[in-house]
Amino acid sequence: MRKSALIFFCITLALLFVTTAAQSQEKTEFGADDQCIVCHLEIDFLPADFSNADIHLQKGLSCAGCHGGDVMSDDVEIAKRAEAKFTGIPTKKDIAGMCGKCHSDISFMRKYQPRISVDQARQYKQSVHGQKLAQGDTKVADCSSCHTAHSILSATDARSTIYSLNVPKTCTKCHGDQAYMADYNIPTTQYDEYVESVHGKALLEKQDVGAPACNDCHGNHGAMPPGIVSISHVCGACHVNNQDFFSKSKMANEFADADLHACEECHGVHDIKNTFDDMVGTGETSTCTECHGEGETGYQVAQQIRSHLGDLVAVYDSASILLKNVEHVGMDVLDMSYAVKDAKQSLTQARTLVHTFDSELVQTKTEEGKTSARHALHLGNAEMEELRFRRFGFGVATFFMTIVLAALYFKIKDIEKE
Amino acid sequence: MLKKTMQKTYHWLDERFKITPLVEFMSHKQVPVHKHSLWYYMGGVALFLFVIQVVSGILLLLYYQPGIDSAFESVQFITTKVSFGWLFRSVHSWSANLMVFFVFVHMFSTFFTRTYKKPRELTWVTGSVLLLLSLFFGFSGYLLPWNELAFFATKVGTDIAGAIPFIGEPIKLLLRGGEGVTGATLSRFYAFHVALIPAAFTILLFLHLLFVQRQGMHEPEFFQKLPENKKRMMPFFPNFVLRDALLWLLVLNVILYLAVFFPWEIGVKADAFAPAPQGIKPEWFFMFMFQALKLLPAHIFLMEGEVFGILFFAIAGTVWFTVPFWSVFIKENLRLKLMKLFGIIVIAFILILTIWGYLD
Repeated sequence: MRKSALIFFCITLALLFVTTAAQSQEKTEFGADDQCIVCHLEIDFLPADFSNADIHLQKGLSCAGCHGGDVMSDDVEIAKRAEAKFTGIPTKKDIAGMCGKCHSDISFMRKYQPRISVDQARQYKQSVHGQKLAQGDTKVADCSSCHTAHSILSATDARSTIYSLNVPKTCTKCHGDQAYMADYNIPTTQYDEYVESVHGKALLEKQDVGAPACNDCHGNHGAMPPGIVSISHVCGACHVNNQDFFSKSKMANEFADADLHACEECHGVHDIKNTFDDMVGTGETSTCTECHGEGETGYQVAQQIRSHLGDLVAVYDSASILLKNVEHVGMDVLDMSYAVKDAKQSLTQARTLVHTFDSELVQTKTEEGKTSARHALHLGNAEMEELRFRRFGFGVATFFMTIVLAALYFKIKDIEKE
Repeated sequence: MLKKTMQKTYHWLDERFKITPLVEFMSHKQVPVHKHSLWYYMGGVALFLFVIQVVSGILLLLYYQPGIDSAFESVQFITTKVSFGWLFRSVHSWSANLMVFFVFVHMFSTFFTRTYKKPRELTWVTGSVLLLLSLFFGFSGYLLPWNELAFFATKVGTDIAGAIPFIGEPIKLLLRGGEGVTGATLSRFYAFHVALIPAAFTILLFLHLLFVQRQGMHEPEFFQKLPENKKRMMPFFPNFVLRDALLWLLVLNVILYLAVFFPWEIGVKADAFAPAPQGIKPEWFFMFMFQALKLLPAHIFLMEGEVFGILFFAIAGTVWFTVPFWSVFIKENLRLKLMKLFGIIVIAFILILTIWGYLD
């Protein structure tokens, strides 16, 4: 009896030790300054998106930082009393204000990131999402819709919902849901179009973070579809020369007068594909002929521009093929490759100059390119000629060597006969 | 008139240097004629290729500039701007490879005809050192264009040298002129290639040829057993020399063909910070050793696999180069068969591993 009691006592002691050790393990992780998480872990009642990697948690801003309450107390009644300023789960309308409490205060934020902007809440209020929320629409996005609530990560963190590669998926959560977006008069096909577009492929397939995601054109916190005039400015943020040429051309005003959406008219918006020369001109795939009919000035200009581009492309292609051939046979391609690069540069510039809708300007550039390409052809042909010379020279040398070989052979035969 | 001038010149030299006995000696030199006579020409071909290397090398030396900022560019300059620079560069590269090949052929042909036997032991030894110097010529010359392949081949090769126990690290530092393959490595490989090795090679080649000329051509056993009247011979001068000249002219033509139709590429300039290209391989004459080292497991008999491999090759090399001295201890009736087998195993080993290395 005494023995079994002793064993029972030892086992109980051991179990107590193990469980308290486990608890103190958790306590050690969050320390005495975070009783919110300690308790919530104990009762296994944490938000679904809770993550230890959350940036607020990492910087020491625990639950109380947003929800209020007494973080030091392990008594739920004391921790959540009104005097401890416990606010509980905020309503959708309160979220921007709650985040803005810190994020709009530079004197607070500079401690963590001196260069961070503090106008997110103000921008949000002016955005479509913010305006609709103010009108009572609770379906729109708030801060936590994009940033999450409890697993917020920096935009430079590849795991973050707002990391450039993840932005399209974040926006599509709502904007791609047909049922969810049924009340609004906007399509839900943007994501599907975007992934097939040149920007989508660059960002999502090639992982080029320089390529635009939704926020690059629509804005982050002040998200709004760009207006008709501002579309070219949005595109022009990256495609500087194209926008510059377009805005200075006579087409800019005519587009605006006709309510045409600048870049979008020819290139599309979410479904922008790689451009090709036949988008200009009068062929089947031309965008010019959507407005300009045969006989019009615009039709003729389109034809001329297409013709200039085509001429340069033909010479450039010949030079490129010859460059490959010269390289393949082992001849010098150094100077020729520079000339071909110059021609390519001119071609790129000529294609950009299409946005001036001025065939003379395009022609000046294509002539420049053709000069470079012809120079490359000249160099390449010289190399191939040199190759032929070398092989011919080898033939001549072999001919004379064969004569000497034959002479030697007969001399040897002669000597050995003796 | 030419004959008279030559006679006058000969007389002038003979008066001062007494060259008549030497000429007499040389004019009586005979070369045995038998079914294996073809192999007598291999050494001469290797010699001819060495001469081509010297001539083309001197021409390249006029334009080549060592240094990480000028080596690659100077080779580019030679192949694109210098008159016939492309020819000399390709000739030098092709001839280098052919020279190593013919040195191997010459070595194996003398091995199988047992030319290394007494009294020609030192001819074999000097020849062995010449082989090693040829390989070192190839290894040092390969780096000089300072292109990507050469850079990494040198890195891998000197890393392997560094794996030799005890002396490996100092050897690696000596070869590289520092920890990594840098401009210092290029400078000293240049010094090795144009000064040190040519000097050593010339001395040894002179000795090797002196021994051959002094002792005459080796007669294989079956030829020695023939009665004197059945032994077919040809005079070294002019018969063998003319035949040599014919073969050398043919070899020259082959090199020119290779240089014109398969020009040696310049490659991409070496970048120490770039990763090694996929499937980096050494030059073909090191491939069998490289492949063997690759195939060895990480550890063998408590030793690192690589160290075991290097020691194996060091021992094998020593055994091979001292063949004349230990083969005498094999019983005479077994000697021929065993040595033949030994030679076949060595050739098979080299061939199979070389092919395997390229297929890998």
